[in-house]
Amino acid sequence: MTVYHALLELADDHLVLGHRLSEWCGHAPMLEEDLAMPNMALDLIGTARTLYDRAAALEGKGRSEDDMAYLRDERAYRNCLLVERPNEDFAHTVLRQLYFAAFMHPYWIAAQDSTDGVVRGVAGKAVKEMAYHIRHAGEWVIRLGDGTEESAARMRDAVEALSIYVDELFDSSPAAREAEAAGVLPVRADLRTQWDKTIADIFGEAALTLPEAPYPQRGGREGLHGEGLGHLLAEMQSVYRAHPGAQW
Amino acid sequence: MYSQGLIGADGQTNETPEFLETFQKRIDAEEKVEPTDAMPEGYRRTLVRQIGQHAHSEIVGMLPEGNWITRAPSLRRKAALLAKVQDEGGHGLYLYSAAETLGVSREEMTEELHSGKAKYSSIFNYPTLSWADIGTIGWLVDGAAIMNQIPLCRCSFGPYARAMIRVCKEESFHQRQGYEIIMTLAQGTPEQKEMAQDSLNRWWWPSLMMFGPHDADSEHSDQSMTWKIKRFTNDQLRQKFIDATVPQAEYLGLKVPDPDLKWNEEKGGYDHGEIDWDEFWRVVKGHGRMNRDRIKDRRAAWERGAWVREAALAHAEKRRARKIAAE
Amino acid sequence: MTQSMPLWEVFIRPRNGLAHKHAGSLHAADEVMALQAARDVYTRRGEGNSVWVVPSAAITASDPDQAGENFEPTGDKIYRHPTFYEIPEEVGNM
Repeated sequence: MTVYHALLELADDHLVLGHRLSEWCGHAPMLEEDLAMPNMALDLIGTARTLYDRAAALEGKGRSEDDMAYLRDERAYRNCLLVERPNEDFAHTVLRQLYFAAFMHPYWIAAQDSTDGVVRGVAGKAVKEMAYHIRHAGEWVIRLGDGTEESAARMRDAVEALSIYVDELFDSSPAAREAEAAGVLPVRADLRTQWDKTIADIFGEAALTLPEAPYPQRGGREGLHGEGLGHLLAEMQSVYRAHPGAQW
Repeated sequence: MYSQGLIGADGQTNETPEFLETFQKRIDAEEKVEPTDAMPEGYRRTLVRQIGQHAHSEIVGMLPEGNWITRAPSLRRKAALLAKVQDEGGHGLYLYSAAETLGVSREEMTEELHSGKAKYSSIFNYPTLSWADIGTIGWLVDGAAIMNQIPLCRCSFGPYARAMIRVCKEESFHQRQGYEIIMTLAQGTPEQKEMAQDSLNRWWWPSLMMFGPHDADSEHSDQSMTWKIKRFTNDQLRQKFIDATVPQAEYLGLKVPDPDLKWNEEKGGYDHGEIDWDEFWRVVKGHGRMNRDRIKDRRAAWERGAWVREAALAHAEKRRARKIAAE
Repeated sequence: MTQSMPLWEVFIRPRNGLAHKHAGSLHAADEVMALQAARDVYTRRGEGNSVWVVPSAAITASDPDQAGENFEPTGDKIYRHPTFYEIPEEVGNM
């Protein structure tokens, strides 16, 4: 059951971030980016689906991936706070993506040795996807950070706003700790050095500095979210919940 | 996803009869015209306008479907819809590129869309009001688009034809995913079935309008046919669409909202009721329910993205300067 | 914005053993973003394993007005083609 909970946390991270990215579709700053962002969103949603499916199998109650995604409310969602942050502007969006991918890339590298076959399978695919997300989001962070005065100011605002959500990425919930002990998932705290290096390299080029975050925000793994997630879920789940038991 | 008879083509041209005759011979011999070739001004103008309208339709078309990405009722549907709307963006991009070979920039075309000068398919000025509309758009709108787009793969202008080949290849899943959605609803709960029927009721007539005015009222159609920009008339394509679609609706147990619709054995096709052309022209001229919102959304995305594009260009300039300094 | 995004031509190699082939164009501020956009726009269905991007402005094209002098003189040099030569059937494939 603990592995089930740990996989759910991971799946929620991917679905919520994929959903946030999908909100951009048709509204991106340039047409080329209208194609790039759905690619990233589809990677994330694809990973979420496999993880929900695996979590549901471990739970053993016959629930589907959609039951997992559509029938839990915000207190039951276990995603970290970073991924639910609103899109705000393009600077926030690419930075959020970079922070997440810079964490998930080493995570999936380590997860390729998981004792769980499904996790190993996801890891093999996701490690490449996250490498690209780091590149794509990273190149944008560099361009916006070292672009115009306005873009640099917006980028600094994004860094200021999102850095308080970074520490939570490296925390392991009790469920995650058990999954880590069982060799199913990698130890989150071990990935900090790699994350710091990825960000430092990109920030160096982007003329940005990572601020100290003396009061990091935590709570997503216990279902203690910001107010935005409830709206995201209300929208996402509205049709599914309005027609209980229907097929789509 | 697009199909609309060109609105307001102006095929007028001032070249010498000899020039026009030589050009027409090439067209008649099914030779493709490439961007740097000599071509009648009217041919160029018609293409710029048509490819531009087509590209704008793809881009504006992202909005009504994008309206349901965040509410798609299963993760499978969510992924498919996102991929589909992304495809529409790609098709807009290919088409803008094709028009750019004729010396008009994407920025210029974008400005024409935002100012209301450039037209796009009238169908996207109708709102998507239920999940079923996503199915109906795939089934009817993409279905209508395919009727128009397949012949465009043989269009006499090379870049347009090449773009359309890529578009058609990618779109082959669009109509199928739409029909699958509607089929699932039609075979689902009574509420779902009602949702499907309501959606068909609202989209049927606008879908027929997508093919454009009757041939008799379509002044510039002939010239486009002669130049082989267009291969079939509006009415021919519309008839093909109806004949293909009515049995698909019957299979689903859905009723096409046209009391005058009946099989005509003699012509081997369906007769249908009169299309409300007043509505068509009203919507084309900017007075549909969603016209203002669509343009407002596109303009907002463009304006909100300005600082991002400026930053990318400014950074590119710095990179170039640094590279030169390093050499 | 007065300056516009530069245009790039995209070439894709479908698989090893084949040449890069023109796939289309796109807009990007620099070569790094052009390459990423090419990947995101033109390889969504496994269309290739290698991408080139070239600034459209860097292409030097032959002048269409010189098409006659460039390409027609070759038309009558039929001796460059194998079918120009007659070899008796008994000799077999050659």
